[in-house]
Formats: sequence, C-alpha cells, structure tokens
Amino acid sequence: MNTQDLTIPAVNRTVTVNATVERAFSVFTGSFAAWWPDAHHINPNGYEAAFIEPRVGGRWYERAPDGTECDWGTVLAWEPPHRVVLTWQLNGEFEYDPDPDHASEVEIRFTSEGPSRTRVDLVHGKLERAVGAAALAAGIGGEGGWNGLLRRYAELIDGRDLTAIG
Amino acid sequence: MEALGVLGDPTRRTIFETLAAGPLSVGELAKRLPVSRPAVSQHLRALKEAGLVTDRSVGTRRIYQVDPTGVAALRAYLDQIWGDALAAFKEAVESDGPDDERKHT
Repeated sequence: MNTQDLTIPAVNRTVTVNATVERAFSVFTGSFAAWWPDAHHINPNGYEAAFIEPRVGGRWYERAPDGTECDWGTVLAWEPPHRVVLTWQLNGEFEYDPDPDHASEVEIRFTSEGPSRTRVDLVHGKLERAVGAAALAAGIGGEGGWNGLLRRYAELIDGRDLTAIG
Repeated sequence: MEALGVLGDPTRRTIFETLAAGPLSVGELAKRLPVSRPAVSQHLRALKEAGLVTDRSVGTRRIYQVDPTGVAALRAYLDQIWGDALAAFKEAVESDGPDDERKHT
C-alpha cells in the first residue's frame, strides 16, 4: 500500500450544547482539562491536566503530576468564539511525533443555533498523514503502529495494565 | 468503510478491543467472552466487512486480528475518542451553572 496516495475520510463528530457560543468555545479551549476524559493521555508518568494555549502557534499538551509535559500538537487557527484548528501529532505508538508532515488536523467549529444553544462540529482530518507515519515507523503488520496503540487502549479499557499507561 | 457504526454494538466493540490486545481464533474469543461461538463468528464477519479485522488460516484454525494496515482501526479509534470527549464536553459546558462569559476574550 502506498500511504502517500491514500486518503482517509475524516472523522466527523457533532454535539449540540445548551450554552452560548462564547461559553462553548471558552469551556472547550480554556477549560480543556475540566472535561477531557483522563483515560486518553500518553505520559507514562500519569495525567494531571491538559491545555490548549490560546493563540496561533500555541501548544496543545498534557501535564503529569510530577510536572513533566507531553505535547499533543499545535494551534493552527485561533478564532474565538467560532473556530479553532489543532494539529494532532500522536503517532501509532501514542507518542508525540514532531514531524509536521505526520500531523493530522482537528478542526472545531462553534455555531450559534439560538440564544443559549450552540452546535459544535469536530472534524479530525488528514488522517492519511498519521497512518503514513505509523506505517513508516512500525512497518505494516508489525507490533508497533496502530496495533500498539489499540492494544494499549484495550488494556486501558479493561483496567488490566493501568500503571504501564499512566 | 462503515467501521464506526459497526463498533456501536457493545459486544462487537468488546471483540474488537480483545483482538487489539492480540490475534485470537473464534474458539479462543468465545472462551474469553460471554458470547456463543456462532455469535462471535457473526460479529467477526461484520468487523471484517468493515475493514476492522483481518483473518488468516493457521492449520485448521482461523485466526483473527485487528487490521494491521490500521486505516479503519485508526478511524474507529479516533471516532471513539472524540465521541467520548464531546459527550464529556457537553456535560461540562451544561453543568457549570449559568453562562459565564468572563473567561472569553
């Protein structure tokens, strides 16, 4: 498979919340740690909180209780209260991959649907870049790549090996 | 690629997650999970059609594993992460009392 030629349909998710568009944007970005499911993190030292720095070029990262930080990506677009675009730079081993060519992108749009009602549309696209990176790094069918990620995820779900994941 | 809908079924999701931990045969899956062998086979067929798992013959047995090219698996995984995350986001944004626009700049 030539991963360069592969295009993967983006992941689309939509949620409608009972809040103003300003509040929805503010909670999503400014209080990211308050709602992000703490099961989804990468630092083996554990998870304390995650942050989005409120500016183009800002970091998207998590912090462990011991103060160590792991990057997830970078802010590509910062347009409060309507739109934010982040790079997702976690590879198949669920580690930060600094190569921008391997970065997929997460775009979140906030659209007012009433005085206190906001639709949030999330698109996680350019996934072929991440798969290309994973395939390149691990070799297709290897123990690494997305299989490694999914295995860790399965362990997490089962609660079998929480210490190894953090 | 209908990986997302396929994983909406809790039993199917469990089978998929179990296979993510390592390749298994139908019999081994049925032994580990509270699901009959024919039901496991049926779920595996759906997972295979969705591109989430692949199978191969080893002697007389058929071994199933998460699709190693990972395309559908990646999508399904990310879809699940964002589904969980947005549900938690909705809860947070709606539970925190009245609108507070002070934080917004």
